[in-house]
Amino acid sequence: MKQSTKHTSLNVTQTDVQDMATDTVRIQVQDLTVERGGRAIVDNISFDLMANEMLGLIGPNGAGKSTALACIAGIDSPTSGSVVIDKRDLTSYSSTERARCIAWVEQLGNVHWPLSVERLIMLGRIPHLPRWSKVTDADYAAVENAITEADCQSIRYRKVPTLSGGERARVLLARALAATPSLLFADEPVSALDLGHQLQTMQLLRDYASNQHAVVAVMHDLSLAVRYCHRLALMHEGRLVAVGEPAAVLTNDNIANVYGVSVVTGCDSVPWVIPEHRISTPKS
Amino acid sequence: MNDRLCLAILCVSVVFLGLVSLCLGEQWSSLHDTLVLPFADPESVSAVITREIRLPRTLIAIIAGISLGVSGAAMQGLLQNPLASPGLVGSASGAALGAVTALYFFAGTWHPQSVPLAGMIGALITTSLVYLLSGRDSSVSTLILAGVAINALAAACLSLLLNLAPSPFAIRELVLWTLGDIADRSLQDVWVMLPCTLLGWLLLTGTGRSLDALTLGERTASSMGINTRKLSWRVFIAVSLCVGAAVATTGMIGFIGLVIPHLLRPFAQYQPSRLLPLAALGGAAMLLAADIAVRLVSLYTDVPVPLKVGVLTALVGAPFFLVLILKSRRDYAR
Repeated sequence: MKQSTKHTSLNVTQTDVQDMATDTVRIQVQDLTVERGGRAIVDNISFDLMANEMLGLIGPNGAGKSTALACIAGIDSPTSGSVVIDKRDLTSYSSTERARCIAWVEQLGNVHWPLSVERLIMLGRIPHLPRWSKVTDADYAAVENAITEADCQSIRYRKVPTLSGGERARVLLARALAATPSLLFADEPVSALDLGHQLQTMQLLRDYASNQHAVVAVMHDLSLAVRYCHRLALMHEGRLVAVGEPAAVLTNDNIANVYGVSVVTGCDSVPWVIPEHRISTPKS
Repeated sequence: MNDRLCLAILCVSVVFLGLVSLCLGEQWSSLHDTLVLPFADPESVSAVITREIRLPRTLIAIIAGISLGVSGAAMQGLLQNPLASPGLVGSASGAALGAVTALYFFAGTWHPQSVPLAGMIGALITTSLVYLLSGRDSSVSTLILAGVAINALAAACLSLLLNLAPSPFAIRELVLWTLGDIADRSLQDVWVMLPCTLLGWLLLTGTGRSLDALTLGERTASSMGINTRKLSWRVFIAVSLCVGAAVATTGMIGFIGLVIPHLLRPFAQYQPSRLLPLAALGGAAMLLAADIAVRLVSLYTDVPVPLKVGVLTALVGAPFFLVLILKSRRDYAR
């Protein structure tokens, strides 16, 4: 069963990778290294992100995924290496320019005051509001759109502390969408969501990766990653082990080496990756 | 009730309480005597009383109230914590120390404004000390720790002065000053507190949206283009300046900076930027009301010594705060 279905079956998902319209590079990550406390958390990684592409950043806990994402989003500064966005070095962007172009959704994001959902999503417009300006119709339109896209219509008048973890995750994603970014970085966007909203959010992120936009999502669910991401980048102990089409990245060897787990993969109507058992401690 | 309506109501209350404050002293005077006479007959006794005694008292209550209220709202927004108070920055105790030092060494003998001026200098010195201690690139928590440390140091120095005071009368004088009061101030006191206060207010305007962004945490705020380090310094210095000026003039008046933002937050729909103007006016209204209450107590009861307004705000504020916490525990439950 396992032998018969691996590799070839995962390739089924790759039919529409060719749909990616152009080869415009949005982000070039070059030799990115982040050291914290003398340890390289992100170790010399390089990859490109194309327009209209959704990239899944995968790897075990502590692989450096979130740190790498925060550096590419311009929130943390790398120890060395560079991030070039639209042919300009990220460090040359002003903080407002950067915030208008990039939205970053924090993993387990917190909300400190009991704002209503609607008002919280409105905060996403802050990068587009110069200091003394009023909120315009365009701002309201962007917020309405974000509320609909992230399926927050039914909870829009609730206060954030009364929401469940998954509902809050959707609201925080809507906050990022309200900023109408051309680059959307989401750190574990579906970890807290129920099945229906996992599919809805993944489809939303994939749809967002069009019109020259691009999306990077840190993922733990490999089945969803294979199904929705155009490409995957596999990280392990700070290094980039593999980057490319999902089937090429998620080989049984790669998964065994990185996660220390043997998997059963296959494809019925959708591709799936199911952990079988632990092999040993992962090799480095 | 939305925040605009609440703002209008607060505006009306401040004007009303301001008028009451102008009409009230050792005895009530009519609205005509208070508002018309100072212009019609500037030399009359009633005009002089209004101008020299009641006007400064009213102005200082409004200015200090605004400073305390808005600073409390800004600090709570910056720290994303409803229990933060303007006292955390250390400049309040610095101002108290400076003023008490002046009172101790040359009370009234050198210059009538020596006490508030020394208070201002004390506030500025403690602010710079916090700056030096925590360094330019500090996070919010480092700033607050430095503020708390400086607070403790200033309190220790204050105790030392009390310890060394030559007579019980001197001790009484010093302690009473720190309790917080706005009686017997002059227009010169208003001029002394005004520059730093205005600078502080100016720095706080325009921080609203950044404080809103901080609702989502420091990292998400910085991803939204907010320079959180710069913001914390700006709020810190602004609060130090205007609270330092208030304390140097009035002594320690507690609980306004804590209770007022907490009380008005629901009317601002919990949004820090909308809370700032509400808390400013609310602070002014509360301090005016407390100062009026203190005068009413002297007017209608046999209490031998005039109550200090700082004592009253603490007496009312502390239980009130407890009730608010119990009531809003549900709102803040995570």
